[in-house]
Amino acid sequence: MVAVKETIEAARGLEADKYSAGFVTDIEQEFAPVGLNEDTVRFISAKKDEPEWMLDWRLAAFARWKTMEEPNWALLHYPPIDYQKARYYAAPKNQAKYKSLDDVPKEILDTYEKLGIPLREREVLLGVEGAPRVAVDAVFDSVSVGTTFKAELAKAGVIFCSISEALQEHPDLVRRYLGSVVPASDNYFATLNSAVFSDGSFVYIPPGVRCPMELSTYFRMNAEGTGQFERTLIIADKGAFVSYLEGCTAPMRQENQLHAAVVELVAMDDAEIKYSTVQNWWPGDSEGRGGVYNFVTKRGDCRGARAKISWTQVETGSAITWKYPSCILRGDESVGEFYSIAITNGAQQADTGTKMIHLGKNTRSRIISKGIAAGRSNNTYRGLVSAHAKARGARNFTQCDSLLIGDQCGAHTVPYVETKTPFAQFEHEATTTKLSEDQLFYCRQRGIPQEAAVALLVNGFVRDVLQQLPMEFAVEAQKLVAVSLEGSVG
Amino acid sequence: MLQINDLRVAIEGREILTGLTLKVPAGEVHAVMGPNGAGKSTLAYALAGREGYEAVSGSATLEGVDLLALEPEQRAAAGFFLSFQYPLEIPGVPAMTFLRTALNAQRKARGQTEVSSPDFLRLVRAKADALKIAPDMLKRGLNVGFSGGEKKRFEILQMSVLEPRFAVLDETDSGLDIDALKIVSEGVNGLRAPDRAMLVITHYQRLLDYIRPDRVHVLAAGRIAASGGPELALELEREGYERYGAAA
Repeated sequence: MVAVKETIEAARGLEADKYSAGFVTDIEQEFAPVGLNEDTVRFISAKKDEPEWMLDWRLAAFARWKTMEEPNWALLHYPPIDYQKARYYAAPKNQAKYKSLDDVPKEILDTYEKLGIPLREREVLLGVEGAPRVAVDAVFDSVSVGTTFKAELAKAGVIFCSISEALQEHPDLVRRYLGSVVPASDNYFATLNSAVFSDGSFVYIPPGVRCPMELSTYFRMNAEGTGQFERTLIIADKGAFVSYLEGCTAPMRQENQLHAAVVELVAMDDAEIKYSTVQNWWPGDSEGRGGVYNFVTKRGDCRGARAKISWTQVETGSAITWKYPSCILRGDESVGEFYSIAITNGAQQADTGTKMIHLGKNTRSRIISKGIAAGRSNNTYRGLVSAHAKARGARNFTQCDSLLIGDQCGAHTVPYVETKTPFAQFEHEATTTKLSEDQLFYCRQRGIPQEAAVALLVNGFVRDVLQQLPMEFAVEAQKLVAVSLEGSVG
Repeated sequence: MLQINDLRVAIEGREILTGLTLKVPAGEVHAVMGPNGAGKSTLAYALAGREGYEAVSGSATLEGVDLLALEPEQRAAAGFFLSFQYPLEIPGVPAMTFLRTALNAQRKARGQTEVSSPDFLRLVRAKADALKIAPDMLKRGLNVGFSGGEKKRFEILQMSVLEPRFAVLDETDSGLDIDALKIVSEGVNGLRAPDRAMLVITHYQRLLDYIRPDRVHVLAAGRIAASGGPELALELEREGYERYGAAA
């Protein structure tokens, strides 16, 4: 144990200035016993006092998972994960549920404050007066510790709460939509999530309502040896609009932590969901020790005509990223978008992209992917664009750009295109460039130091995507891009 | 202001500058002319601190500051500017952003406060206007899709915003038509000042009709082979570089 502690300290000293979210919150927690079996599933369900149908759903998923095999088609290399060695539930002790933010332990509030997440309603993001307000659901390990602006949102008819709470307060809505986009049997990690998911956010925007503020969920993994299995469900009813952002960080730990989330989006006729992610899980140290294994299934269903779902992601963290936010373009004239910045440095590996499934007539999709690889990392774009026989007039535009920094990293592009109608039009553009010494020298001659020059050049490279983020987060993301690449040149 | 003494510079072990000595006093503009391969661009890059241009011996100081001991960005902060023969494209970084980043980085290195955004905008707009640069070009990625003339105009714009003490203009006339040449020259002439000096590197005398040098130096085989007044440029134009040992 002493050795473990020393290693952690050493890693911390090495990386502390780079990864500012890597601290541990010292708080008493209760855990599920180590290991994964039916009792674990029952334990989690009981902790949350869930209705019987939910437990049955979980158990069915667990039975299914036992028959499945972990996928190995991604360009990722990692030692086998021992699912029996992890814990599947961790929560701050004695407080299954806090009545209000005033009841939340100070340690947790401090944690979010340190991370710059506004958990008090009177606080305005970034301290800018007149800046748009953001409602936050804060998930700490396996439970939501609080959600802000709930009352104000309720006035507009918007439901924004943790999924545990939604199961109590709005069971019919949850039952109707849960698993309707990502079925419990979808894939190995999604099925595991279906069995053991702990918390996440639930959003429902009623017909014709434009959500009056940005919604966001902030995921924090704190406990040692515990996986996080969040489940998020967002429904925009006819003509509704919502912009939602998730942020993620974790302490620096020497062992790998498993994170297997499922996010489902449903957009009805004329509804629009804009979903942004800034993923900054602990990426492990420069030697590849520790870091989060991020196996995530995210999918949106444009269930109604003219619905629109837009995914924007900035992926800078995690030791391993396995993530393909996708759109099912079921409604006629529906629109799917995917804007991605994936940065890998050190020994990180990312295999990420999207699927655009064109089912309806005149559906449109757009994919802009910017992959940046530095250090000894590997960065893969994997995408599928497909058109069903009935998807007459489907159109897709895909642009995949890769930027290499140094000569020990790899960038890979794996695009799949399938069409069953001759009336679809798909365009694909791809570029791979190396950050040029000439550009760097040009910047430095103008007085811009090396690291700042790299950040400037990279921010230029990803600009098209950064512009898709809500403004108040774009600034943060821009800084994150710079921090992630520190030490990647020279 | 700029003093170069017996400077030897090698690229991959091959000596290109073979003992170059040159002095440019404050307030003056000097021209360096010479045949291809004489080491003109090597001189520019060595002073700027480009990697691979190794100063084997000798010295180069700017107002007493040893340039050769500094990183490229430190040389810039010390007041050294190079107008590139082939300016680089910086996709996705608007010229305005690039310039503000550069100016504030230099100011920070000198212990000065950053320039506020409104002040900076005003400053750049006025200077761009003088160089006949349309405001919307400042919002485009720096040099991306710019014509040769536009790139050179942007080099001069950068120089006028960064206000260096000493500037090297490397073949600023290459790729310019006569109208662009006039605009760029006017820009350069407008930057002449008693506390600033410039070194204009060029192949042709033509540029020197517009930017009148105080002194002209002939660079051949890695060293200064001759120095004189503006008339030396006219002589070179008539007689070529053959007498300085250049292959025809």
